[in-house]
Amino acid sequence: NSGVVCLLRPLLLDVVPSIRQTTALALGRLADYDMDLAEAVVRAGILPQLICALPEENRYYKKTAAFVLRAIAKHSPQLAQAIVQCGALEMLVICLEDFDPGVKEGASWAFGYIARHNPELSQAVVDAGAVPLLVLCIQEPEIALKRIAASTLSDISKHSPELAQTVVDAGAIAHLAQMIPNPDAKLKRQVLSALSQIAKHSVDLAELVVEAEIFPVVLTCLKDSDEYVKKNGATLIREIAKHTPELSQFIVNSGGVAAVIDCIGSCRGTVRLPGIMTLGYVAAHSENLSMAVIVSKGIPPLCVCLIEEHEDHIKAAAAWALGQIGRHTAEHARHVAVANVLPTLLDIYVDTRSSEDLKMKASILKALKNILQKCTYLPALEPLLHEAPPNILKHIIGQFSKVLPHDSKARRLFVTTGGLKKVQEIKAEPGSLLQEYINTINNCYPEEIVR
Amino acid sequence: RRLSRMATVIQKWWRGYLRRKHFREIVERAYFIKKLNFYNQMAVRIQKMWRGYYVRKYIHNFYALKKYLKAVSVNNELVRSELQEYADMKENEDKMKDLEKKEKEKKHQARKMHYLLSTEQIPGIYNSPFRKSPDPMELLLRKSKPLSHRKQQVKSPFPYELYDWPTCKKPPAFVTELPLLPTDRQKPQGPFRDPAEVLWQRYKPLEPTLRVAESSNSPPAKAREEVRREEWRNPIHDNEFPPFSSYRKNDEKYEPLLRRSGKYGQEAYGTKHFREVYPKKWIADKDFETLFSSIVLFEKFGKTYSSTGQIV
Repeated sequence: NSGVVCLLRPLLLDVVPSIRQTTALALGRLADYDMDLAEAVVRAGILPQLICALPEENRYYKKTAAFVLRAIAKHSPQLAQAIVQCGALEMLVICLEDFDPGVKEGASWAFGYIARHNPELSQAVVDAGAVPLLVLCIQEPEIALKRIAASTLSDISKHSPELAQTVVDAGAIAHLAQMIPNPDAKLKRQVLSALSQIAKHSVDLAELVVEAEIFPVVLTCLKDSDEYVKKNGATLIREIAKHTPELSQFIVNSGGVAAVIDCIGSCRGTVRLPGIMTLGYVAAHSENLSMAVIVSKGIPPLCVCLIEEHEDHIKAAAAWALGQIGRHTAEHARHVAVANVLPTLLDIYVDTRSSEDLKMKASILKALKNILQKCTYLPALEPLLHEAPPNILKHIIGQFSKVLPHDSKARRLFVTTGGLKKVQEIKAEPGSLLQEYINTINNCYPEEIVR
Repeated sequence: RRLSRMATVIQKWWRGYLRRKHFREIVERAYFIKKLNFYNQMAVRIQKMWRGYYVRKYIHNFYALKKYLKAVSVNNELVRSELQEYADMKENEDKMKDLEKKEKEKKHQARKMHYLLSTEQIPGIYNSPFRKSPDPMELLLRKSKPLSHRKQQVKSPFPYELYDWPTCKKPPAFVTELPLLPTDRQKPQGPFRDPAEVLWQRYKPLEPTLRVAESSNSPPAKAREEVRREEWRNPIHDNEFPPFSSYRKNDEKYEPLLRRSGKYGQEAYGTKHFREVYPKKWIADKDFETLFSSIVLFEKFGKTYSSTGQIV
């Protein structure tokens, strides 16, 4: 701020190499600390001077220059764009081709920060020809280099299917899949995140990822001691499961559902979210898969999530997943109802504290509707009669009106538990659906009891 | 009126006749339609039973579904147990690593605090006379070799240096001074000097000259400073190191530019001059010719080496 950048600028062109290096280091640390300083560095026009003679410099200078570029690029897309415009990408590619692993690490880190912001910058990185070099970097023995190359590939492929396809065409999937059994936790995080960013865009990419034979190995990641490895593993399985029923079937057949359920049970907090969504996606595709989820004891952990978690979006996700499980047939709805899920859902819905978040309420409402429309298990519906708000009540009454005319034991039970009395108390406009349901119920009983 | 009545009667009989002719066809048609409907209904019944059977057997095969679900749950159990094994194995590994680390720490501590070992006369801290047997720490101390200061070398910084560089948090490590050998070491065999001698030489006290020893603020130093400044100000020769005179001669001659030194001023670059040929002025009508045979050796003069790319 006090003109430091202008003072450092002539030192960059000094004759002595270690002065140049130290200047670059100082600039890098300044830019790293604060966004305004980074902007000041860019405005002072230092970047062209920094990278002008980069290929002839020694490896320490290259490392420090890559550090400076990375420190500038990480703050905002405009700064990253400025870096791209002064032609730094070609220089970084030259750094990536260097022999020293530290230089490669710095260069790929800088690429990662540039590509992170938006698709155009990622496209610029890909156009500079960085992707094959990054795939080569992944095969190097140094763990830190592998980590950073994997994270850069993940950042590049997350924006669009074409970029992901470019990464796949460079042969990245096989190498990433080979690194999944590696014991280093941070490396696993990045590798799983890269694979999930590739798989999320389309069915073909997901199938390519699956064909790389990740399947039983990925399940061991779900048992890892590191939370984020579990989260990224669950994310990968979710991205694969969401595309088609066949992929979900494949996951179920390889025992993935059990592993995901265990993973949900053992974590707390946002780490659970991808696992919950996986179960939802698998159950949504078909009723057989949904039955498979139920059989693998999927409902109790979801219920526990609903009760325990404080965050709204996790609760909404758990409610959605339960809705997907229960919406197929009466059998599924019965399993869901038997697990005592419906009162919990209703409680959350009615709870005045959570009334601000409309999205969560809407998702819970939809889930409840889906389950209730198929639920014929009357003992579970009884307690809901007493507490439900009107829009849910009409579904409950509808279900009763469907079942009661046919089942005499249920009729008797209905009267003894005071359900009929409750039904009488409900006021409905004549001619509405609710009134019809009430009439149907009343018609099942002789006149004296109704009064 | 009678005519119209007659006409009606005739028409009545004619219509009846036509109808009676077509009656059979109508009846047959109606019978046929009735039979067709009956067959359709029966066919629907058969198809209904067949469709139910087929769907139950193949498409929504309940028993196959049950088997599949059972297989899925068995597989899940298998996967769960395997994963549990894997998790246990990892935990064990972690525990072992922790234990080893602690052991190493303890051993290092024991080596550092070796002086706490109890002697014959004085019991050490860990060997209180009120105890039945010495503390495990005491036993460890007995076992360990004393740690000398020299041995505390830094773990090789090289593998971490590369990883520190990207964040550039540590400056490049400079070479630290070499560790010194202990004085009481047995002199090793070979052409080595006596360590005591080496140490004496290395730690010889500084004996600076008088000039250096004198501080720059003392009066003689200041006086000398004055004289030096005086000399710097008033040199006799300004140009103390002139070049030799013979070099100067070449400097003084003026060489005009080639460009401007043409006879009639500047000539355009690239003009070529050729000797002019006047055939009318020739005495004989022959051009010059050589009178004697050329000497081969002298012909090659100037042509053996290519001059500015011309062909030899």
